[in-house]
Amino acid sequence: MQSAITQTRLANGLHVLLKEIHTAPIISHWVWYRVGSRDEKPGITGISHWVEHMQFKGTPQFPAAILDKSISREGGFWNAFTYMDWTTYFETMPADKIDLALRLEADRMINSQFDPDEVASERTVIISERQGNENEPLFRLSEELQAAAFRVHPYHHEVIGDLADLQSMTREDLYNHYRSHYAPNNAVLAVAGDFETESMLAHIRQLFEPIPAAQVPARPSRPEPPQAGEKRITVEGPGETTFIDVVHHTPAASHPDFFPLTVLDSLLTGPSNLNMFGGGISNKTSRLYRKLVETELAISVHGGLQATIDPYLHSITIIMHPSRSVDEVLEALHQEIARLQQAPPPADELARAVKQARALFAYGSESITNQAFWMGFAEMFDSYAWFTSYLENLAKVTPEDVQRVAQAYLRPQNRIVGVYLPTQDSKETA
Amino acid sequence: MANTPTLHSFPGPDDTLRVQLANGITVLARPNFNSPSVSINGYITAASLLDPIEKLGLADFTSSALMRGTHQRGFQEIYEALESAGSSLGFDSGTHTTSFGGKALVEDLDMLLELLAEALRQPTFPPEQVERLRAQLLTGLAIRAQDTSEMASLTFDQIIYHDHPYERPEDGFPETIQAIQPADLAQFHQQAYGPKGMVLVIVGAVDPQQAAERASRYLADWNNPAQPPIPELPDLAPLNETITRRVTIPGKYQSDIYIGVAGPPRRAPDYLAASLGNNILGQFGMMGRIGDVVRKQAGLAYYASSSLSGGSGPGPWRVSAGVDPVNIDKAVDLIRQEIARFVNEPVSAEELADSQANFVGRLPLSLESNGGVAGALLNLERYDLGLDYYRRYPDLIRAVTVEEVLQAARSYLHPDRLGIGIAGP
Repeated sequence: MQSAITQTRLANGLHVLLKEIHTAPIISHWVWYRVGSRDEKPGITGISHWVEHMQFKGTPQFPAAILDKSISREGGFWNAFTYMDWTTYFETMPADKIDLALRLEADRMINSQFDPDEVASERTVIISERQGNENEPLFRLSEELQAAAFRVHPYHHEVIGDLADLQSMTREDLYNHYRSHYAPNNAVLAVAGDFETESMLAHIRQLFEPIPAAQVPARPSRPEPPQAGEKRITVEGPGETTFIDVVHHTPAASHPDFFPLTVLDSLLTGPSNLNMFGGGISNKTSRLYRKLVETELAISVHGGLQATIDPYLHSITIIMHPSRSVDEVLEALHQEIARLQQAPPPADELARAVKQARALFAYGSESITNQAFWMGFAEMFDSYAWFTSYLENLAKVTPEDVQRVAQAYLRPQNRIVGVYLPTQDSKETA
Repeated sequence: MANTPTLHSFPGPDDTLRVQLANGITVLARPNFNSPSVSINGYITAASLLDPIEKLGLADFTSSALMRGTHQRGFQEIYEALESAGSSLGFDSGTHTTSFGGKALVEDLDMLLELLAEALRQPTFPPEQVERLRAQLLTGLAIRAQDTSEMASLTFDQIIYHDHPYERPEDGFPETIQAIQPADLAQFHQQAYGPKGMVLVIVGAVDPQQAAERASRYLADWNNPAQPPIPELPDLAPLNETITRRVTIPGKYQSDIYIGVAGPPRRAPDYLAASLGNNILGQFGMMGRIGDVVRKQAGLAYYASSSLSGGSGPGPWRVSAGVDPVNIDKAVDLIRQEIARFVNEPVSAEELADSQANFVGRLPLSLESNGGVAGALLNLERYDLGLDYYRRYPDLIRAVTVEEVLQAARSYLHPDRLGIGIAGP
């Protein structure tokens, strides 16, 4: 995972990262755009995600019917993701077929058509996607939590967007969003796998350098003011199970405190797996599992930080034991947080967290797709160096650092408590 | 690491070690020194097919409890050993086998194998842990009852596998989980767990011979004379009409639909033809013909696709979609029309060629990680496909004809004899 990479910037501003990995005859190719739900104003929430969907609807050179099939025919695996800070597209292909992926991404950087009929049918598809999310109690809870946590910052709304906007956005809104943000100078291209750097770079130049740079709108800067007191929200819905989601405001991924917070999170709820490909590990020896699950207050507990450009949230998600009360669970949670605030954790607990992170890194490095993912992902909120120095930075964290960030960030004033309260039972009909 | 040679060949007899221990365990190992990690995967034959009807979920409950305590270690000690090393190990019971999977840095392989052997051979099922686990399983079932996709799937199974073991969910029902006593777990373990038929696959930064020796150190002296033979599956009566059943889950926003039939087992001679056909029907490109009609043209669903399970018995061949509740009938009609077309007319030569290219081309991608290779090797063993199967695979795929796809479609799918399970508000 530590092998050298080549970085360069094309004349039109496209940032290119290349990493040769000759372990399998595979190449993974990613294009990242600096646009996500944070770039959306009320009225067009969800537009970045919808644009991502429209990017699969074709260009004059690759009409939808051909686009769909061409990657699959070559045995490729492709997908796209929209997040708060970014949108990304990737293809992992047999190495000798990667040319198709490069041509396709270069083409749809500027030539997507946004056919009005396609926009119309995609509207109902996306509304259906949102309805699927709404079936999930934890989606409904986290949507309300995000809205409560961010009054000013555009992290306020979910990536999928609000139903009202999904119903009213126009083809022109979508096309404008696409043309404003999809430009080489607003993108990062990352390729990892079985290729020679020199010829790959030449090919990338040939395909991408003719695309003109564009004036890209400045990203919104509306910092969230500090929260002045604990907030609590409740969502009621069907089911028998109570869910609790406790979040605290935490700093950006590039902030020095992100690393002590990563260790803190690992101690509290087990190591988070930041890899997009390659699974994580269990968390049964974490402090909160012992405090909540071993004592039968909860059925499960999980937590995690997100690597974001602006300060976001650390979350602790608890599925409650049916015979316990929300207050009992929260009281135990507060005790466990207080324990970290009152005394620095033992050094060997930190060493363990670092070893866990090292193992997760090793699992992630089995996959070329995952290695290519990291090159672009890290660039979206910091730089590739963030990734390569990650383990080193975790190892530098001291017990006192962990205690300090527990005091600084896990304060009640910095917290939003969300509870999903079940109200109904299901029944079967003929 | 940049100097490691590219593995341009698929797993084959020359680079995969296969040894059989005297007690009936088969060990497969393949090296991959590109990452300092190792994956272990495998299964034993104790599974939910052995569950008594009134204690459905017993096999699953038992395997979930294996790591709650052993003769050597308590629950926290087990997970302390595992998690301190950044390793994982878990068990999961299906109808025919209880499978396990684990990962570790290669320096911790011995610890992982030792824990695997302990959990399989000497679990203690501490009563307090069993009760804690029971509450967790029951909450899992309460969440399942609220999950439109899971409930539609369960309903679908109950239609097409009526009076057959496949109608029963491996995780049971609340009342059957309540009926299971701690002594039942110990008894099930004692009777059903054993080395006969067990398969263990080790893939990663370890020499295959060494890997097999280590596995042997922890598992070669395991014996259980009481281990039962694998139960025969009863015959399945096919549907002679379309049966639709709906589960209402109030307060939900979207309905999930499953439509289909019992399909071919993995070892059926027409499995690959059916599998290629399924790819055309509901996978290729963005979810095949089904995706084209239901998602792309009609805009009815975020997801609409088909799947063919294969497996040891007649696993399902089904289409699934998530739709706005007002569009259920429209979506069901469109899906039935596509199934009718699929059995009435042959697929085009171009469609078949596309799917064949897709199957052959994606093989190396599925073998990217240690876990992917281990899963692939496990399938070879489970379905007795032969160590050279992945080398032969491209030719096997390319040999399938349009007529064979049509024949396979007609052997299983009938547009007027479908099970339809729906769950939603």
